[in-house]
Amino acid sequence: MADALLSFKNLKIEATAYPPGERPRHVVLVDGVTVSVQKGKVLGLIGESGAGKSTIGLSAMAFGRGGVRLTGGEIVLNGRDIRTADAGALRSLRGRDVTYVAQSAAASFNPAKKLMEQVIETSVSHGVMTKAEAEARAVSLFRQLSLPNPETIGERYPHQVSGGQLQRVMTAMALCPKPDLVIFDEPTTALDVTTQIDVLAAIKRAIHETGVAALYITHDLAVVAQVADDILVLRHGKMVEYSSTDQIINAPREPYTQALVSVRSIDHAEKAPAPPVLSVQNVTARYKGTSFDVLKNVNVDVAPGQTLAIVGESGSGKSTLARAITGLLPPSAGRIQFAGRTLSADLSGRSKDDLRELQMIYQMADVAMNPRQTVGTIIGRPLEFYFGLTGEAKRLRIQELLDQIEMGAGFADRYPAELSGGQKQRVCIARALAAKPKLIICDEVTSALDPLVADGILKLLLDLQAHENVAYLFITHDLATVRAIADKIAVMFKGQVVRYGQKTDVLSPPFDDYTDLLLSSVPEMELGWLEKVIQTRKMESAGN
Amino acid sequence: MHPVLKLVVQRIALGLLLLLAVSAVIFLGVEALPGDTAQAILGQSATPVALENLRAEMGLDRPPLERYLSWLGGVLTGDLGTALSNKADIAQSISTRLGNTLFLAAAAAVIAVPLAILLGLVAARYVGGWPDKLISGVTLTTISLPEFVAAYFVIFLLTQVFPIFQPVSMVLPGMGFWGKLQAIALPVIVLVMVVLAHMMRMTRAAILNVMQSAYVETAELKGLSPMQVVWRHALPNAVAPVVSVVMLNLAYLVVGVVVVEVVFSYNALGKYLVDHVTKRDLPVVQAVGLIFAAVYIFLNVAADIIAIVANPRLRHPK
Repeated sequence: MADALLSFKNLKIEATAYPPGERPRHVVLVDGVTVSVQKGKVLGLIGESGAGKSTIGLSAMAFGRGGVRLTGGEIVLNGRDIRTADAGALRSLRGRDVTYVAQSAAASFNPAKKLMEQVIETSVSHGVMTKAEAEARAVSLFRQLSLPNPETIGERYPHQVSGGQLQRVMTAMALCPKPDLVIFDEPTTALDVTTQIDVLAAIKRAIHETGVAALYITHDLAVVAQVADDILVLRHGKMVEYSSTDQIINAPREPYTQALVSVRSIDHAEKAPAPPVLSVQNVTARYKGTSFDVLKNVNVDVAPGQTLAIVGESGSGKSTLARAITGLLPPSAGRIQFAGRTLSADLSGRSKDDLRELQMIYQMADVAMNPRQTVGTIIGRPLEFYFGLTGEAKRLRIQELLDQIEMGAGFADRYPAELSGGQKQRVCIARALAAKPKLIICDEVTSALDPLVADGILKLLLDLQAHENVAYLFITHDLATVRAIADKIAVMFKGQVVRYGQKTDVLSPPFDDYTDLLLSSVPEMELGWLEKVIQTRKMESAGN
Repeated sequence: MHPVLKLVVQRIALGLLLLLAVSAVIFLGVEALPGDTAQAILGQSATPVALENLRAEMGLDRPPLERYLSWLGGVLTGDLGTALSNKADIAQSISTRLGNTLFLAAAAAVIAVPLAILLGLVAARYVGGWPDKLISGVTLTTISLPEFVAAYFVIFLLTQVFPIFQPVSMVLPGMGFWGKLQAIALPVIVLVMVVLAHMMRMTRAAILNVMQSAYVETAELKGLSPMQVVWRHALPNAVAPVVSVVMLNLAYLVVGVVVVEVVFSYNALGKYLVDHVTKRDLPVVQAVGLIFAAVYIFLNVAADIIAIVANPRLRHPK
C-alpha cells in the first residue's frame, strides 16, 4: 500500500439527528472504516441507503453535508491528512485534486449558466490551466464521452440537454482539471436503464483513458461490478466485506453480501389469461395546448387478481396511461372499460364507486402522505369517506389493515416522518387497500427503495393480491421487478405499445429491436457484461 | 415570435389594460363621493339654481360615461384639467412636483437598493453569525420606527447634535444638482432606513433558499470561496424574488412618502395630493391618483419582465 492515493484509517463520522417530537440525538454514521484507493484504480462503495456510502465519498473531500462531522480516524490524500487541513487548504484541494459527480446532474448544474462556463470553472479558478486550454480540454472530454456536437454543446444551458447527456457533461466537468481522484456518487441511478448503459460505458472509458482514480458509489452491485477493481460492502456505516470485484461477485463470504448478490429471487408463476376487469381500448391522448399524441392507440387488458406490468423508459407514456385511466387526463379517442362498465373519460363524471374501486400508489411515498397526519388518520380517511366507518369499527379496521401490511397497531399513532422508506410505502399500500379496490395502479412504487426493501414490498403486494383478488397495473422501468411480479407485460416506446402479451411470451425471443435493447440493458452480476452488451445490441436508446 | 418577446408583450398589454381599469375605478370612486365639483366650489350654502348653472357651465350635467371618456381623452393628450382651488393647469403643477418626487425616490433608491442587496448577501453568507444578527437587528429596528419618528430623530441628530444639514428640504428652481442633493439628504436618509429592511430580508431569504440546492453544493465542492459561491451561483438564481420586492419598494418611494414630504416640507406629489384632498379639489385627486397607479403598474410590469428575461429556460427554449 505504499503508493496509496487515498486511504481512510479507522474513519468515524458523526452527526446530530433531530427526530420529530424527540430530543436531538447523536448518531454515528460511519465507524471503523479502513480502506485505500491506489493511483488509477476504482474502488466501488456499495450498500443500501443509510449505509454511509455518500458520507464516506464526500469525506474524501473533507466535506460533510448539513451537520455531518468527521470525528475520528485519518483521511490521507497524497500523504497528507486532510481531516485536519484548514479551510484554505481544503478549497485548493476541492475541485482540483478531488472532484465530484453527483447523482442528479440535472439538479447539480446551475440553471442560470452555460455548461462550458461551469465545466471549466475550477480548472481556471484553481489556476490549473488558462481559459482557452480548459475549453479545448472540455471539448476533447465531451468527444471522449460520446456527447453529440462536442464543439457546441458547451454553449447550451443545462435544461437544453437530456439527463443522460447532462450526467456525461458532469463527468467531463469532474475530469477537466485533471484531478487525482473522482468521486462518482450514484451517477447512473437516476437514468433510464437504456441510457444508464451508455453513460456507464462512457464513464468507464474516460476513467481508463485518463488514468484517474475513482470512488464509485452505488446501491446496484451489478453496476459497480462493471467498473470497479475492488469493492467495499457497507451496512449501517460499518464495513461488511472488502475484496476484489471478482471475489465479491463470484464468491462472496458474508451473508449480507450473498443476499445482495442474489437479490430479486422472487419466483412468480404467471396466471392463465382470464376475462378482464380493466380494458383500455384504442386510447389516444395528448396534453392540453400541445399537438403531440403522448399515447397512440393503446390497447391493454388486465384480469381480476392479476398483474399487468407496463415497462418503458421515461417519456414512453407509462405514467400518462395511468393518468388517462384515472381520469386525470381525458383521452382524445378510445374508451376505458372497468368492471363491466364504461368509465367516464373525465374524472368529474365518475361515481364514488368508480373512484373507490380504482386506487393508486405512487413512487414517492413521503410526498403522497400529509406529514401532519398520523398513520391512523391517513389509513382511516378512505374508511370514513367510502364506507362511513367511525369510532371503534374504524379503529378495528385500521388495525386489520396494519396487520395486513405487517406493521403493528402501534404504528397508528406515528407520523410519516418517523417511518422508514419501506414502511411509508406500506402505509400507502394500506391506504389503497382500505378502499377495497378492484384495481390498484402502482406507479414505480419500488424505484425509490433499496433492493432488499423493494423485495419485501413486492412480496407483500403478491401476498395481498392472492388474498384480496385485486388486480395491479404495475408501471416500472425495472425489468427485474417485472419478472418478479407480472402476469402480462406491455412494453411501451414513444407512446405506443410495441410488445404485449403473457409474461413468458413477451420475455421469450424473437424480440423486436426495442424490447431487445431494454432487456439487454439490465445490468447483470457478471464481469465484462458491459463490453459484451455494447458490442452486440441492435439499437441505441431514445433518451440518448 | 420568440417566447420571451411574446410574454413581454403580453405583460405590457396586461399592464395597459389594468391601468385602464384603474382609471375607471378612480373615476367611479370620485363620482361616488357625496357632492360633486360644483358643490365643492360653491360650498354648502349654495342655492340649487346656482349649482345647476355651474354644472351646466362645467359640463357636469352630462352622463358619467361621457364625462369619463372626455376625462380619459384629456389624460391621453396630456390635459389633466384645471384645479378648482387656484384654476391652475394640473398637468403643469404636477410636472415640477413629479420631477421632485422622482428625484427624491431615485436618490433614495440608488443608495438603498445596492446597499440592501449587499447586506442581504453578507447576511446570507454569515447566516446565524454575528454579521447576520447585526444586519437583521439594525434594519428591523429602522423599519419598526414610524417614519415621522425616524424623521424627527434624524433631524435632531443631524441638525442639532451635529449641525451638518438644513432641517427643511426646500428645492428651488435655480438650484444646482449638488445643491439639490444636499437639500434632500435628510429625507433620503429616512427613506433608506425605511425601505432597507424589506429588500435586505428578501435578498437574504432568496439566497438562503437557493443555497439549499444541489448546484450550490457542487460549487462548494469545486473549492470556490463562500463569497464566490453566493455571487456566481446563488445570486443569478435569486433575481426574480429580489426584483419583485425591489420594485414594490421603489413604488413605495414614489407614492408612499407623503409623511416624509410633509415633515421636511418637501414640495412633491404626495404633499400636493394631501393639500388638495383637504380642499376637496377632485380633479387634482383624480389626476394624481391615476399617476400613482401608473407608477405602481409600470414598476410591477418591469419586475415581471426582468423575471422573465432572467429565466434561462424562457430565454433559451429547448
